[in-house]
Amino acid sequence: MADSQQLKANNMEKQVFDFGMNTTRRHFLSRLSLGLGSAALGSLLIPDIFKGNAESDVNDLVAGLPHFAPKAKRVIYLFQNGAPSQLDLFDYKPLLNKMHGQDLPESIRGGQRLTGMTASQATFPLAGSIFNFKQYGKSGAWMSELLPYTASIVDDLCIIKTLNTEAINHDPALTFFQTGAQVGNRPSMGAWLSYGLGSENQNLPGFCVLLSRGKGNGQGVYSKLWTNGFLDSVHQGVQFSSGENPVLYLNDPDGMDRTQRRKMLDKLSELNQGTYENFGDPEITAKIQQYEMAYRMQTAVPEITDMSKEPESIIKMYGPECLVPGTYAANCLLARKLSEQGVRFIQLYHQGWDSHGGLPNEIKGQCMDVDQASAALVTDLKQRGLLDETLVIWGGEFGRTNYCQGTLTKDNYGRDHHPRAFTVWMAGGGIKPGIVYGETDDFGYNIVKDPVHVHDFHATILNQLGLDHEKLIFKNQGRRYRLTDVAGKLVNGIIA
Amino acid sequence: MKKQISLLIALSAFFGIIAFSCFQKTGVLNKKSGDAISYNFDVRPILSDKCFACHGPDANKREAGLRLDLAESAYAKLKDGKGVAIFPGKPEQSEVYKRITSVDPDYQMPTPESHLGLLTVNETGIIKNWIEQGARYEKHWAFIAPVSPKVPEVDGDWAKNEIDHFVLTNMESEGLKPNDQADQSQLLKRLSLDLTGLPPSLELQKQFEGNRSEKAYEQIVDHLLNQKSYGEKMAVYWLDLARYADSYGYQDDEVRTQWPWRDWLIHAFNKNMSYDQFLTWQIAGDMLPGASKEQILATAFFRNHKYTEEGGVIPEEYRIEYNIDKTKTYSTGVLGLTVECAQCHDHKYDPVSQEDYYRLFAFFNNSKEVGYEGDVSQSKPAKNPMMSITDREAKSLLSFINRPDTSRLIVSVLGDLDTLRPTHILNRGVYDAPGKIVTARALPAVMKFDTAKLPQNRLGLAKWTTSKSNPLTARVFVNQIWQEFFGRGLVKSTGDFGMQGDLPTHPELLDWLAVDFMNHGWNIKRLVKQIVTSATYRQSAKSTQEKLNADPENIYLSRGPRYRLPAELVRDMVLSSSGLLISKIGGASVKPYQPKGLWEAATSGRGSLRTYQQDRGEALYRRGMYTFIKLTVPPPSMIIFDASNRDHCEIKRSKTNTPLQALVMLNDPTVLEASRVLAEKLTLKTISTEDKIKESFQRIICRKPSDKELKLLVEYYREEEKGFVKDKKQAFKVLNVGEYRHEKKVKENEAAALMRVINTLYNMEEAITKS
Repeated sequence: MADSQQLKANNMEKQVFDFGMNTTRRHFLSRLSLGLGSAALGSLLIPDIFKGNAESDVNDLVAGLPHFAPKAKRVIYLFQNGAPSQLDLFDYKPLLNKMHGQDLPESIRGGQRLTGMTASQATFPLAGSIFNFKQYGKSGAWMSELLPYTASIVDDLCIIKTLNTEAINHDPALTFFQTGAQVGNRPSMGAWLSYGLGSENQNLPGFCVLLSRGKGNGQGVYSKLWTNGFLDSVHQGVQFSSGENPVLYLNDPDGMDRTQRRKMLDKLSELNQGTYENFGDPEITAKIQQYEMAYRMQTAVPEITDMSKEPESIIKMYGPECLVPGTYAANCLLARKLSEQGVRFIQLYHQGWDSHGGLPNEIKGQCMDVDQASAALVTDLKQRGLLDETLVIWGGEFGRTNYCQGTLTKDNYGRDHHPRAFTVWMAGGGIKPGIVYGETDDFGYNIVKDPVHVHDFHATILNQLGLDHEKLIFKNQGRRYRLTDVAGKLVNGIIA
Repeated sequence: MKKQISLLIALSAFFGIIAFSCFQKTGVLNKKSGDAISYNFDVRPILSDKCFACHGPDANKREAGLRLDLAESAYAKLKDGKGVAIFPGKPEQSEVYKRITSVDPDYQMPTPESHLGLLTVNETGIIKNWIEQGARYEKHWAFIAPVSPKVPEVDGDWAKNEIDHFVLTNMESEGLKPNDQADQSQLLKRLSLDLTGLPPSLELQKQFEGNRSEKAYEQIVDHLLNQKSYGEKMAVYWLDLARYADSYGYQDDEVRTQWPWRDWLIHAFNKNMSYDQFLTWQIAGDMLPGASKEQILATAFFRNHKYTEEGGVIPEEYRIEYNIDKTKTYSTGVLGLTVECAQCHDHKYDPVSQEDYYRLFAFFNNSKEVGYEGDVSQSKPAKNPMMSITDREAKSLLSFINRPDTSRLIVSVLGDLDTLRPTHILNRGVYDAPGKIVTARALPAVMKFDTAKLPQNRLGLAKWTTSKSNPLTARVFVNQIWQEFFGRGLVKSTGDFGMQGDLPTHPELLDWLAVDFMNHGWNIKRLVKQIVTSATYRQSAKSTQEKLNADPENIYLSRGPRYRLPAELVRDMVLSSSGLLISKIGGASVKPYQPKGLWEAATSGRGSLRTYQQDRGEALYRRGMYTFIKLTVPPPSMIIFDASNRDHCEIKRSKTNTPLQALVMLNDPTVLEASRVLAEKLTLKTISTEDKIKESFQRIICRKPSDKELKLLVEYYREEEKGFVKDKKQAFKVLNVGEYRHEKKVKENEAAALMRVINTLYNMEEAITKS
């Protein structure tokens, strides 16, 4: 009895043991393929190594995930890099218009630390949004005139007004959002999901990254944001680019057609087979398979990045920019296609939201870039019956202050970084549609109801994918690591 | 002393069983009752993993006031008065045993909420036997200074030096036998890659061919150790450890000049600086009496971490961050300990309190550096404190620095304030929550830091680190070097010798090597030579199904090492075998071919690195270690081959095998250009097609092709050539790759066909594998 109890307990969580067959098999599998998804392939290739160990629970370990029935299978994260102003988009605060130009009361600021950019400002004049707000949909959510398309799908969205974070500068805040830690080269969310769930598609990576840039004040992105950290490097995000090679080194060189490539790979395979006969090293067999997978990727990826077969209606829905590679709109459409093909986690970054000055003008441009395509993505997934199993997330790394940075005029202002409360929306993936979650005070500065910390947010995302954030663990250098570190509570109020 | 000997006996007695454990599902021992149990090797791994998080060194997280890492606490009456946790001799009266075997979720340990999982039957059995045998505690093995063990006697004439005695003893206890020596060509390739990072040249291959004498082998070893490329090869792993990069990291990621330190590093390995001196200079070169510029330059080691240039940051937050990074680099890279947990709270597994952490941190906290020197618009290639190097110095004192005559060089180095900056314990590790003030002191759990004898500054830290009584320094370094040659350390967790780290697979060998290393003046080349002249190293890498079943990870070393080359060496192999490699040492990092648009897509739009300005000419053909590392967008082909992203101290890279790697070898212009250049060169030679293919094979794979291989390649050549004769335009397209000049008078159809063959050779698994 104790035995079965123990076995259960051991299977309860996914861990990597530093020794033993699990590691060997696991390493082999992950090194062999793009993710765990190819367990079957691994056993086909090396049937003998894993036999003869009656106690082995490797299959249970692989089969032990997800921890429970998932609501979402995939995530598309539309990251608004630089931090959009929640006060000009979602969090309607008429009080700020009334008090426009007056100083933020000290009692509201409550000792919040300031960035070096506004720390020396003598006053903190409140800045009301110059944009008009209206209520939309059955939920009656407030939305600014800058986001007409998003407003039209408001009943599909769960708008969370009370995200909060610990960092006040871009680099640590972005890193925190992606990895659950402000510093430290931890695995990013996509890498965790690729590690935990693998890819559903053998010919595509489990974690893809798409970059675009608006005209607003920008902050760079960096590969640390899609790092595998201490996980195996197969879980690293694969960056798709808008150039000739959608995936690095994908295209065959000039003068090499597919038949010639096939022939070369056949010769190569024969040579490598000979090496295997000499050395008996299973890595060689794995290498042969990797070349085959590369060959298949060469066909699969261009098919996906080719937009020419998309119908007119789709192009219209995402807007004409979706035919210009490298734009946000094109990336949204590509994200839908990748997701449809089973890519587990697609991370978009759109730069340009960091409006320290001239915000009204900058934010208009940013919204023009993203509004239509973001809404189109949700609608497109919904039409295809995929929204239920795809979690779409839209938001930045923190919010922006209710007071002005720099000179405040009637119709121009800038806003500094604000970590205490900002807005993010989610759609699909078993998240309640048509609700607004959490409340901020009349100044839009502090949370008065239902705060959602970044760790809570991560815990909830994992939950939707059938993963218990306290059990998705990797032991590295003696410590057990999680995406949520040592914190995180499920946000039950937004789970359908 | 007596205690240590008995520990060693215990270690060797149980080694076989530990070894066996490696193949068990949960990594625990299948012990029969009655077998003697070792606390260090059998019990502590279980207690540490399953119990110490709540009943260990961390005072703030301790449950029920119970500590199981210390005997007196474990034997003492429990706080609730109900019995004792561990009753030596009586498992049934030990609360620990009762709870780990209980099925009652309210009573059992670990608790279901901890998600640690219950102990297996094997594990509970070990705890039971250990308690029955008296529940004796021992100090953690890595914190006891190594004592040279007796070299075991072995039969036969296989063993070539002491290493083999230890390895063979353990191997035989597993019922394994060593492989035969690898054949000459494989051995030469292995040696050359390991010692210089480059495949053996054709000349060297010829020289070694057919000469199987011991003397010839040693001559080759000495020859390779004396190549300048030896220093380059050794530097690669230390660059990871030192998180070396050519930019500041963080978002605007401006360029910086730390490469003169990299040149010093290569120089230090080449002149075979002793490891104790090597460390002393890097930790405290600036504090040595009458410090020379070279000694100060060595301290740039600690200034390689990232620097923020983001507008609006709070300087103190980052100044603290930089020192946390220095502390981590020192502890992980030099001591093989992960202490960063103690930044926020007492360490949960190792006896390192939060106070210990900040006392170690204090050594680095007196630096003149500031957290923020302004945003990217004011960026300089070095940050204070810095050292400038004049042209004159670069040509005399510091002649190992490779620099063309341009303006003055500046490098970020260490330099302390004249007054003492107080170091606070930071509550929760947060910069703005300072607690008690502490003074500098190294980790007492490792070795006493005697303030009466040692100054409480970095020089004191260097002396403490390089003391022969320090139980970690030599072991950790020897293990790192071992990993460089065998792909895996004797302690697998190269960066963690603490209680959660892996146990040594060959504890006596590790200790013997460490003591021998210290007793011979911390001589690195000598250590390397010891390793590569061992019979263990020289074995063939052939795996049989039997050996794979018995020892899939080759823990017992019954076959030679076989694994894919590190990223830099993949590039080096391609350039070197094609004759493209420029064998210049050092200098400013270079920007070779890189897929378009990568830097541009990720930039903030500010700083001089917002666009990738590819270099021309010689700079395209430098070794991989000189490729410019922009931290936010590290060189893609390197990252695809598991290179470190240099974000922080790293001692072990993963070794993956992915389709993206296949795509690099198939389509990267670097590989294609090398194939083209070699093909054109060979096409001009008046030798037969077979001989051209043979020569390329010999250059790339470093052995003669088998008849079968040659036949296949010649066939492939003929087929491709036929196609190119028909379609000259296509041949021209195929050859049109890379900036290196084309050979005139080349027949395009021949060159293109040969290029296809050579490109196939570069894609052979064997080409990028050390075996």
